[in-house]
Amino acid sequence: MNITVQDGYYYSKEHEWAKIDGKRARIGISDYAQQKLGDITYVDPAQKGKTVKQFDFLTGIESVKAASDIYAPLSGAITAFNDTLDQSPELINQSCYEDGWIAEIELSDPSETKNLMTAAQYREYAGGLE
Amino acid sequence: METKNTPIFEEHLQLNALMAPFAGWNMPIHYGSILEETKHTRSSVSIFDISHMGEFIVRESPDTGSLDCAVTIPVLKMQAGRCKYGFLLDDGGRVLDDLIAYRIKSDEWMLVVNASGEERDYSVIGSRLAPGSLIENISARTVKIDVQGPGSLEVMKAVAGDGVKKLKYYGFDRFEFLGGSFIISRTGYTGELGFEVYVDADRGAELWNLLLKHPAVKPAGLGARDILRLEMGLPLYGSELSEETTPIDAGMERFLDMEKNFTGKDALLEQKKRGVRRSLIGFAVDGRRTPRHENRLVAAGADAGFVTSGVFSPHLNRGIGMGYIDAAKSEPGNEIVIDTGKGVIKASIKSVPFITSTSIKYSEV
Repeated sequence: MNITVQDGYYYSKEHEWAKIDGKRARIGISDYAQQKLGDITYVDPAQKGKTVKQFDFLTGIESVKAASDIYAPLSGAITAFNDTLDQSPELINQSCYEDGWIAEIELSDPSETKNLMTAAQYREYAGGLE
Repeated sequence: METKNTPIFEEHLQLNALMAPFAGWNMPIHYGSILEETKHTRSSVSIFDISHMGEFIVRESPDTGSLDCAVTIPVLKMQAGRCKYGFLLDDGGRVLDDLIAYRIKSDEWMLVVNASGEERDYSVIGSRLAPGSLIENISARTVKIDVQGPGSLEVMKAVAGDGVKKLKYYGFDRFEFLGGSFIISRTGYTGELGFEVYVDADRGAELWNLLLKHPAVKPAGLGARDILRLEMGLPLYGSELSEETTPIDAGMERFLDMEKNFTGKDALLEQKKRGVRRSLIGFAVDGRRTPRHENRLVAAGADAGFVTSGVFSPHLNRGIGMGYIDAAKSEPGNEIVIDTGKGVIKASIKSVPFITSTSIKYSEV
């Protein structure tokens, strides 16, 4: 499986990514995850204002193969959900690192990135799977 | 049991197919995108490697009539060159398999069965035939490729000649191509205009590659096949049909000929007298969520049944599925709830097929 990994992002073992911008992070799933899931058909709208803890359940995602959970790579309060996914969840297949972002979080502890992988580390991790 | 490969296995790998085990076979699930393959089939033409399915040849004198009693299909009433769908039942009327019979000539039929039941079907049907009747399992030396979609007639004409256009729905004939004489039937499992082609196993890859050369043709896997058949409300053995169900539970009485004898008929007559407890229904989700096999169905606040199949339909932009529900709650239009175990999805009962405007010509049926 050929996968792309976006430089400058942080990654979790469950294949979520986080793009940090000051006190906020944009969250999505990696190319590895979208390829494994296949065509994405539905993303549960993440509830704005809800607080999540690092590695806890963030929202649900469905594909032609299965229903899965997305976990929060960092702790904080959800400030936005990508509403275009309502009608076009295939954006995650087409552009998982940009247009197919899922949620934004106001970080409660930016130092938690120490528990995540860098792009180089994730490239090695995901490449070693399967 | 070791997973078997079809004679077109290498071609699937070259096309970067995602392969997965299905009924003991290593089968292509998709070649990139299940949804794109589904849409391409309804808008153009797709080819499917269906070589895992089983084929038997039965030869017996029409006076013997043992095949006619072995399956629900009225094989003696069929004309040569016609196909007919039906069931292999046990004494209790339960479905051992669904199958299609092809009447090749007055004393010869081809039976096409599911991969999962091939060995058992062969021995059950064999045991029901009269002494002197012959059954031969030709599955291992047969490749079956389905060519489906509004453009399928043009593709088949290019492969087997203009004569293909004479085939009526559920008709078949032999055609000369690839240096041999092979059966093509106007049948399929997608609801579109389509053909099923049976060739010798050693010609399978050649036929596959010849079909792919046509500019309109793309390969499609079992993932797309499952969505296409569910959009048409067609049952799949192992999901809607099983040894736990009768054709009457499944609402498929129209495929039975109750004027002739067949194994399981008495039990079905009994069941009709008693009435059915549950019914097979189609349902559509209010939104894009997908019901999944074995999710519970809840009607009027009470557990009422279960999902047998569920998919996301890219043509309806919503989740659709089939399932068994208490007969009293099976009316189309009824609101139901699907319990996924982690949440609930609202849906309503629909009559099938979910999609009615396709390239197939139902008027010919």
